[in-house]
Amino acid sequence: MTNAWLAGSLVAVVAGVVGFFVVLRGATFAAHGVPLASFAGAAGASVVGVPAVVGLAVFSPVAAVAIGLLGRRRRSDVVTALVVAAMLGLGALFLSWTVEYASEIYALLFGEVLGVTGTEVWLSAALTGAALLAVATLYRPLLLSSVAGEVAEARGVRTARLELLFLVLMAVVTTLAVPVVGTLLMFTLMVGPPAAARAFVRSPLAAMAASVGIALVTVWLAIALAYETTWPIGFFVGIAGAAWYVLARVVAARRR
Amino acid sequence: MPPVRVLTVEGATVTFGGRRVLDGVSFSVEAGEFVGLIGANGAGKTTLFRVVLGLLKPSAGTVRHLGRRVGYVPQKVAIEPDAPLRARDLVALGLDGERFGVRLPSRSRRERVDRMLEAVGAAAFADARVGTLSGGEQQRVLIAHALVGQPSLLVMDEPLANLDIKSGHEIVELVARLAVEQDLAVLLSAHEMNAILPHMDRVVYLAEGRAVSGTTGEVIRSDVLSELYRYPVKVLDVDGTVVVVGGHDVKVR
Amino acid sequence: MTGFLASDPVRVALVVGAMAAVVSGVVGVFTVVRGQSFAGHAFGDLGTLGGSGAFLLNVNPLWGFVSVGAVVAGAMELVGVQRRRGRDVATGIVLGAALGAAALLLYLDTTRSSTTGAAVTVLFGSIFAVASGSLPVMAGLAGAGVLAVVALYRPLLLSSFHPELASVRGVPVRAVTLGFLVLMGVTVSLTSMVVGTILSPALLVGPAACALRLSRRPGVAMVLAAGIGLVVTWAGIALAYASATWPPSHAGWPVSFFVVALVFLAYLGVEAGAAARG
Repeated sequence: MTNAWLAGSLVAVVAGVVGFFVVLRGATFAAHGVPLASFAGAAGASVVGVPAVVGLAVFSPVAAVAIGLLGRRRRSDVVTALVVAAMLGLGALFLSWTVEYASEIYALLFGEVLGVTGTEVWLSAALTGAALLAVATLYRPLLLSSVAGEVAEARGVRTARLELLFLVLMAVVTTLAVPVVGTLLMFTLMVGPPAAARAFVRSPLAAMAASVGIALVTVWLAIALAYETTWPIGFFVGIAGAAWYVLARVVAARRR
Repeated sequence: MPPVRVLTVEGATVTFGGRRVLDGVSFSVEAGEFVGLIGANGAGKTTLFRVVLGLLKPSAGTVRHLGRRVGYVPQKVAIEPDAPLRARDLVALGLDGERFGVRLPSRSRRERVDRMLEAVGAAAFADARVGTLSGGEQQRVLIAHALVGQPSLLVMDEPLANLDIKSGHEIVELVARLAVEQDLAVLLSAHEMNAILPHMDRVVYLAEGRAVSGTTGEVIRSDVLSELYRYPVKVLDVDGTVVVVGGHDVKVR
Repeated sequence: MTGFLASDPVRVALVVGAMAAVVSGVVGVFTVVRGQSFAGHAFGDLGTLGGSGAFLLNVNPLWGFVSVGAVVAGAMELVGVQRRRGRDVATGIVLGAALGAAALLLYLDTTRSSTTGAAVTVLFGSIFAVASGSLPVMAGLAGAGVLAVVALYRPLLLSSFHPELASVRGVPVRAVTLGFLVLMGVTVSLTSMVVGTILSPALLVGPAACALRLSRRPGVAMVLAAGIGLVVTWAGIALAYASATWPPSHAGWPVSFFVVALVFLAYLGVEAGAAARG
């Protein structure tokens, strides 16, 4: 149970911070696609007989780079949809090869926070540190290129390379978070809290902090409720994400 | 003392898919000068700006910058109304937005940002979200963003394209005043020149990829402009203000 | 080969696959042109909710897919902010909530019944298990889908490229948008029967994206997309049938894998061809 709280909290912090940029850059689809595509990695890992996190660590950067490089030419939304589908198809193939029980597949898709081990917590902590360091390093160019790409380019920011780095960052977050909240709902945590935070605060740093706070509350609530009811944690995360968003829209509408 | 050239473009040529978008363009901008880049839509203004900003390497010719950095103001930015970015945040990114790593807030940075917001008349909405500001207000914030790093050249892409006449005139007057105060050269593109005529020291006229450069008096004449636009254009004096109008029906009093 | 066509499940699969491919080709072209790939993808994911609900109620999953598709289309139009970024966030939030609910339903499926395959069936499809009784319904939906596109063709085209111009010309843009979303929902329901919910967007977007690289004219692109969809679907079914003896499991590789892999290869091929032409 302690492990679950720790792992869940780490995921919430990273998702809140990285999610701030996901929403600012309008990268919702990529944030959904990278975790979903990484499912192939988890399924593949079970074919080879290695821990799922190894498969995630290999496949999520592949998905991120494929989306980034193929989408550079044109129509990045189409490319994202196709890369995600291709990876999921591969996942379906791997699944047909394994003798994995449906409940374990289900856990990968929808999360199983209560099964987190101590080693996984340490791994999560290391990845969290790396992700936060990356965000701190890229903060200013990422912020500028998100809101005014042309201006950033004129100042010498290599926006295309930055976009690719950001996708890889998403892959790191995916590897970290998928074992906890699952491939399908990982992105709810990356989009819901930051989208809601925007209604309450005006500056970038405050929005990031609020987003982390909301994500933490969401995860804690979801873990507690999942523990009480034995229902899947993904259910509570998904519903809470939407509830925060609705609350934020109401606040924003009342202010206007 | 000879004038300092902050920007020298010599023989810049850019070819896209066999078509010469820029064909041996040469002009220069001297310190403190207000230069208008005039040309019809599709004449190559945007391409020339990309060359000047170093975003596009010309296939032939050179671009030389002298002195401090270049500040750039895009035509407009698409920022959502609820994006958590205040006007002052955008201006602060003008100080060192391209640098990696974190920077702790300091009093001197805050004061520089405040002074800049004050100078462009944006102090009143310094803490408002950029996405909720009007076109003219956003333009002021973008100018502050470009100028807070104290560039020697300010490049503005069609600053008047999305503004009404009043806001347009106010922006031009603001830039002209800041140019004098901060010893700043300005290169500003427009396809409609009446608002910038009173402040313009020199004109770079772009047509079909070629450029003609001269003082305002040399270029803003009925015969020269009609030739450049290949369309009848009249330069009129209306109560002491020079205005440029186009069309076959224009009669000079 | 005679064995292949003599098998009843295969014949049903070929018919179902053909219907899904044709409708998704036609609707997919507009999905790509309107930049609504994410919404198309969302319909697929959301179908999971309908499919898992149908499993719980022990009804044909098609009904689950279709009813959720229709409700979601309305929800998306309601929250659908005009700006592209806002729309994506709204889509994402709806998607997240529905997936959460789907997680619960699938969980209840596995606890109520001893069969644990609900999640896999809904998510990755089982075209060989489609009951032949659902064919008339699917044919009706497919036919209605194609007819709707034909009827809406011009206003849809105009409002895709220039919504303001369309509304000036008297096109009820909101109604058209809603109509198109419902159409997408129905289409994805049909493709979900073939390749499962989370892979269905591949069939919607992939052939259409290929076709739009081959022809700029929307009408031609629709025919091309339907053709490409048909080829990949039938080839996928044939390969899956042939793979029954393949290693490592000797139980057949999934149809959805073949279909999606062929779609992806087709897209890469068309892109490479376009790049080579310059």
